Amino acid sequence: MKLSINEHVYELDVEPEMPLLWALRDELDIKGPKFGCGVAQCGACTVLLNGEPVRSCSYPVSAAVGQQVVTLEGLEKKGHLHPVQQAWIDHEVPQCGYCQGGQMLAAVALLKKKPKPTDDDIDAAMTNICRCGTYARIRAAIHAVANKGVSA
Amino acid sequence: MINSFDNSSAVKAQTQDPSKRDFLKLSTSVSVTSGMGFSLGFFLPDAKAAAAASSAPQKVNAWIEIQPDETIIIRYARAEMGQGSSTSAPMLIADELEADWKKVVVQYATAEDNLAQKRVYGDMASVGSRTIQDSHEYLRKAGATAREMLIVAGANAMNVPSSECVAKLGVITHTLSKKSMTYGQLALAASQLNAPGNVALKDPKDWKIIGKPIKRREIPDIVRAKIRYGIDTQLPGMVYAAVAACPVFNGKVKTLDSSKIDNRRGIKKVLNMGDFVAVVADNWWRAKEALKDVSIEWDVPEKNAKLSSTSLMEYFKEGLTQAEVAVARKDGDTMAALSASGAKVIEGEYFTPYLAHATMEPMGYTGWLQGDKLEIWTSTQSAEATLAVSARAADVKQENVKVHPVQLGGGLGRRGGSQDFSIQGAKIARAMSPLPVKMLWTREEDTQHDFYRPASLIKFRGTVSNDGRIDALHIRVSAPSILSSLLKLPLQGGIDPQAVASLRDHPYANPNSLVEYAQHDSNVPVGFWRSVGHSQNPFMRESFIDELAHAAGKDPLEFRLANLSEKRPKDKAILLAVTKAANYGAPLPKGVFRGIAETEGYGSYTACVCEVSVNAQQQIKIHRIVVGIDPGYAVNPDNIQAQLQGSMVHGLSAIFWGDITLKDGRVEQSNFHDYRMMRLNEMPKVETVIAPTGGFWGGVGEPSQAPLGPALANAIFNATGKRVRSFPLKNHGFTLVKA
Repeated sequence: MKLSINEHVYELDVEPEMPLLWALRDELDIKGPKFGCGVAQCGACTVLLNGEPVRSCSYPVSAAVGQQVVTLEGLEKKGHLHPVQQAWIDHEVPQCGYCQGGQMLAAVALLKKKPKPTDDDIDAAMTNICRCGTYARIRAAIHAVANKGVSA
Repeated sequence: MINSFDNSSAVKAQTQDPSKRDFLKLSTSVSVTSGMGFSLGFFLPDAKAAAAASSAPQKVNAWIEIQPDETIIIRYARAEMGQGSSTSAPMLIADELEADWKKVVVQYATAEDNLAQKRVYGDMASVGSRTIQDSHEYLRKAGATAREMLIVAGANAMNVPSSECVAKLGVITHTLSKKSMTYGQLALAASQLNAPGNVALKDPKDWKIIGKPIKRREIPDIVRAKIRYGIDTQLPGMVYAAVAACPVFNGKVKTLDSSKIDNRRGIKKVLNMGDFVAVVADNWWRAKEALKDVSIEWDVPEKNAKLSSTSLMEYFKEGLTQAEVAVARKDGDTMAALSASGAKVIEGEYFTPYLAHATMEPMGYTGWLQGDKLEIWTSTQSAEATLAVSARAADVKQENVKVHPVQLGGGLGRRGGSQDFSIQGAKIARAMSPLPVKMLWTREEDTQHDFYRPASLIKFRGTVSNDGRIDALHIRVSAPSILSSLLKLPLQGGIDPQAVASLRDHPYANPNSLVEYAQHDSNVPVGFWRSVGHSQNPFMRESFIDELAHAAGKDPLEFRLANLSEKRPKDKAILLAVTKAANYGAPLPKGVFRGIAETEGYGSYTACVCEVSVNAQQQIKIHRIVVGIDPGYAVNPDNIQAQLQGSMVHGLSAIFWGDITLKDGRVEQSNFHDYRMMRLNEMPKVETVIAPTGGFWGGVGEPSQAPLGPALANAIFNATGKRVRSFPLKNHGFTLVKA
């Protein structure tokens, strides 16, 4: 099967039911999406599929065929950080950082839909678990991107 | 692709000569990296003592390398799991060195370097919020010694007296002539000088880096997916292992039938390792799926199979009444005071459950055994412990083991003293040699085979005199010992310090104190956990202090201020700072109530104010948390704030939902659906107070969680009249709703 990931096309020969996460990590060495729970609870494995955040640990790779997959590796374009990445740096959001790829992709999807999200919007969209407890800074960083008015 | 982490394997500093004198001395042979840079190597020659007391921190060695292009490489010898020490520890060196922080590059020192050099880097473990507490002095001395040598080298080169030279931002300047030379120009000459035996450390008022909000060094790499965690290791020809240990602790494999997966795609091997089974495949998902179809019959110790939360509670209860106990603190005559005629005795029995760590990155280990050499990539809080247990498990010499530093996807105390994952991983590496194998646990395996924060049952009894002074406190702890069960260490005087943390060292001035410990180990594995004893005992102590205050008809703050010992001014100071920041005493909106607590731990002082409202459906709204810390010196204030914020989330997850329960010898929880974590929408407003009073170096990763539980429980009491004497709150019918 052919997969489009971060604007590259990859050819894969795997079981159709293999979760996208393991196709990315173990077959293609794309390590941005992380394994956390395997049951779509924590969101560490979040990727964007046609711009929508999806928990790749519970999403069959075959269902991603024909969609645009974006992982954390795909946010930076030609050496330019995505505004969400820059805000994450400015606000010193990550602690251990393990969940932050998923968090940033969820934020990118939110800001695309709602460039000026309210706190309630952020509450509803940002459902990934962070055990370090960086939530206050995630919220601040999202607001900062929105207030800068840069297209996310 | 092989991990591209910095490590300092290129650095070959001098080993010590045991006959040398007991003071700092420069290594005479200068180590060279790629023929370009020079390292200023220092060591403490007292190798005999160091070898004897292998766990004692050794002072100084090659921490600093200055390259001709002015890049200053500073070595960091511990782990990074989000606590920020890989920035704050190098800050200490850089400040004394008078380095330009912009030119500093941090590289990991490695366990094999430490082993080869008789522990020149001292203790490498990131545990117990200890990096700053334990290493501030030798790190600052390393920087200061190098600074003094660079000054002398600069003075020699410029042919001026060194007393007329100053070091600033990587440059030595002769103050009269304004002539100057850079560190890069002087590094080689400096490294050939004798190290001064006793250098003066800077006055805190002269610090230029310490105390400033320095950006954490690894954040840009995290954000750009450029950092690799243990789980991200990728090696040529690597295979992947999924593992299952017996669901009942300490069970062994009785029978194993893997015929169902014989012809399954990608399966390389099924390993019966005695106490666990591993399926090895060419993709971890294939291994994990195949493992489900392997039939394993376990030989289970009968005693362990009967274990349940109910039986454990009965067992802990015995500890409250047994005759023989260890005494952790004895002031005055508590029993006489409690039984004096007319004494009104207040009693409270408190319980906190077992808790799993649930680091975001589950346990894992990549091992590559080629011949008699083992290479390891694993998220560990103690690379030295990983090295030692791996060598044993893979049956190789310690000097043939290399532990590559990686970022940890959270540590939370799981990856330090408990190295079970390393033993498993090394055994698998041995079985699969010469292939590199990445072992990874499922979340279920991680939840059910943890080394849990111990449960603890504690009974308090106390009396208050008519003037509102605590007269007597009797505290009986019945709980497992981590030291004894996990680390197999003898308990001094029968006391496990974690089990009685914040109790035997309570700050109150009552003349009669009796703190007792009834050690109650069980078959449930126990281990350290973020805040460990300080995540439970302060909840109990500070709740009970509130019980005494209410019994005495006193305001909880006034009661504490009146009862805190004069010998504990820092406890009082942080309580005042935080209650002031929270505007304690000012009227609150209708239905909103406060609770307060003061605690100390990991060398720091902490306090918390919680404001809550609780409705008839027992829904709790947390309107605000004000939490503060006095760490003595606040090395990296923004990072301290992050640690305080994060500690509230970590604490609240445990306080509301954290409960590992057992039935038929098995842990009942398995994943985040039944072992619940706080999410973003649930995080209350947190205000932080950083109130450093100077003069000491406290930890910051763990202590601030301590006052949260009691402040919240005390607020709930004030709101409802219901005294919560156990966590989690869900077991009392409370839920958390958004304020």
